[in-house]
Amino acid sequence: MTTTTATTPTTPALGTPRGRSSGSRLTSRSIANVVVGLAALYTLLPTLWLLMASTKNADALFGSDIFSFGDFSFARNVSDLFAMDGGLYGEWYVNSLLYAVVGALVGSMISVAAGYAFDKYEFPHKEKLFGLVLTGVMVPPTVLALPLYLVASGIGLVNTFWAVFIPVLFNPFGVYLARLLSSGYVPNEVLEASRVDGAGELQTYFRVSLRMLGPGFVTVFLFQLTAIWNNFFLPMVMLSDQHLYPLSLGLYTWNSAATVSPEYYPLVVIGSLLAVVPLIVAFITLQRYWKSGLTAGSVK
Amino acid sequence: MSSDTRTATPPPPTDPTRTRRAGRRQQTLACVTLLAPFTALLVAVFLVPVGYAIGLSLFSEDHDGLGFGGGETVFTGLRSYLAVLSDPSFLSGFGAIALYCVIFVPTVVIGALALALLLDSGLIRLRRTAQMLLYLPHAVPGIIAAVIWLYLYTPGLSPVIKLFAEADVTIDFLGLHTVLPSIVNIALWSGLGYNMVIFYAALQALPREVLEAARIDGAGGVRTALLVKVPIIRGSVVMVGMFSLIGALQLFTEPMLMNQATPMVNSRFTLNMYIYDAAFRRNNYGLASAASVILLVVTCALSFAVTRWAGRRERSAK
Repeated sequence: MTTTTATTPTTPALGTPRGRSSGSRLTSRSIANVVVGLAALYTLLPTLWLLMASTKNADALFGSDIFSFGDFSFARNVSDLFAMDGGLYGEWYVNSLLYAVVGALVGSMISVAAGYAFDKYEFPHKEKLFGLVLTGVMVPPTVLALPLYLVASGIGLVNTFWAVFIPVLFNPFGVYLARLLSSGYVPNEVLEASRVDGAGELQTYFRVSLRMLGPGFVTVFLFQLTAIWNNFFLPMVMLSDQHLYPLSLGLYTWNSAATVSPEYYPLVVIGSLLAVVPLIVAFITLQRYWKSGLTAGSVK
Repeated sequence: MSSDTRTATPPPPTDPTRTRRAGRRQQTLACVTLLAPFTALLVAVFLVPVGYAIGLSLFSEDHDGLGFGGGETVFTGLRSYLAVLSDPSFLSGFGAIALYCVIFVPTVVIGALALALLLDSGLIRLRRTAQMLLYLPHAVPGIIAAVIWLYLYTPGLSPVIKLFAEADVTIDFLGLHTVLPSIVNIALWSGLGYNMVIFYAALQALPREVLEAARIDGAGGVRTALLVKVPIIRGSVVMVGMFSLIGALQLFTEPMLMNQATPMVNSRFTLNMYIYDAAFRRNNYGLASAASVILLVVTCALSFAVTRWAGRRERSAK
C-alpha cells in the first residue's frame, strides 16, 4: 500500500509523452485498474464462497442465499467435522502435517546438501549427473506414481506411511535451485578461509554455509511443502487404509460419499477451508523468502 | 567426523603435498556425504521405478486359457504399446489433453503476463493487495480448488447458476461442450497468480535505463510493455509456458473429481486417468506401464523440444 503512494508521483510521466491529453491517461489508468480489479475478484470470490459456505448447515447450503449471515453454524460444522467417522478428519490432518512438514524439512535438507555439493565440489561425471537432475525436474511426480506403486508393491511397502513419505522427499527442482543459490550466497572465499583455519569440510557446511543458505533453504522448503500438501495422485495410488490418508485424499473420498449421503457436503466444505489454513499461514510468515526464491528461479 | 581428522594431523604442515592430499580426501568424503542421500533417492524413486515400468511394459501375464495353469509372465515385446496406441479411449484421452493444452497454456501465460505488465506499469492502486489476492489460489490445494469450483458448477448449490437463472439464462457448466472449458477455468484459477508473480519478479529485475530510454524515445505504456519489456523477459515466458505445458499433460485431479459429478467426464478422460483406470480398475499393469512410459516419453520430448527451440531463438536473437 505504501509502495503505491510512493510510485504514483513518478509514474504519470511513464507512457504519457507530452503529446497526449490527460484524459486518455485517465482512461488507460482506469481500464488497467478495472482489469486487475476483476482478476482479483475472480481469484477472491470462490475462496470467499468457501468461507461463507462453511458457516452454513446442510439445508442452508442448498437452500438460501449463501452470502447471507442468516444461519451461522460454523462452530457446529467444525465439531461435526472432527466427530465424523470416529475423528477421521483429525487423523488426516495429522498425516498431512507429517507428510508435508517433516517431508519438506527432510527433503530440503537433502536437496540443499546436494545442490551445495554440485556447486562447490568437482567430481567425475558431475555435469552428466546434474543433467539427470534436470531431467528429474522435467518429469512430473504423477508420471512416476504408477512405476513407484509397482516397485512398492514388489517390496511390500504399498499401503504404508513410507510409500508416500519416501517418494515426496525427492525434489530435483530443489537441487537445481540450491545449486543456483549456493553459487550466489556462499562465496568460495569463505570455504577457502575455513579450510585455512583447519575446519573440516562438513563442519564448514553445517556451521557456516548452511547458515548463509538460510533464505534459500526456506525457499526450497516452501516449494516442497506446497507440493506435498497438494499431492493427490501418489497417495491415491499407494494407500487404501483410510487412517493413512492425507487431507487431499480424505476430502476426495468424502466428496464421493456426498453424492450418496449429502450430510457429507458441509463437512467437505468446512474440511476444505481448514485444509487451506496451514499453507496460507506458511506463505504469510515466510513471504520474503519465497519472493527471493522466485526471482532467483526466473533470472536463470 | 571432521574433528578427528584435525586431531589426526596435529603437526603443522611439514609435508605440503601430504596435507593437500589429506585435504582433498576430506573434500571427496564431504562431497560424497552431501550427495549420497539425494543420489539414493534419485535411484530409488526415479531410475528404478522408470526402469521397472519399462520392463513391465514389455511383459504381460499370459491368459491364453489353454490349461497351462495361466498367469505365466511372458515377453510380449511391444504388444502392450500397440494395445495402448490402438485403444480408442486412450486416443480420445490424448485428444482431450491436446485440446486442453491448446486452450489452457496460452490462456494462463498471456493472462499472467498481462496482469504482471499491468502491475508493473505503475498505474495500479493497491498493488500489494491486488498481488496478494491474485496469489491466494496458489495456497489452495488442487483438489480443494476442484471441490470449490465443482460446487460452483453444481445446479442447486451454485450461486453463479442461481444468478444466471434470475436473468433467465440457463447455463450448464458440466455439459458436453462446456466441461473442458470448466476444467480449464479451475486450472487457470489456480495457476494465474503464481505465474503472474514469476513474471512480475522478472519485470522488477529489468534494467531501469532501458525503460528510461524507451520513454525518451516516446514509446507509450502499451508499446513499452509489448516491444521492450516482454522480449527481455522472454526466458521467463518460455519457462512458465513449458512448466504449464508439462503440468497440463498430467491433468488428473480436477477431472477425477468431476468424474463423480457428470457423465461427460468418463473414467479415462485424461492420460493419467487412463493409467489409473488400467492399473486399478482393469488390473492390467502391462497396459498401465506402457501408457506411463508413453506419457513419460511425450513429456520429456516436449520439454526437450521447447528448451532447444528457445535456446536456438535465444542464439539467433543475439
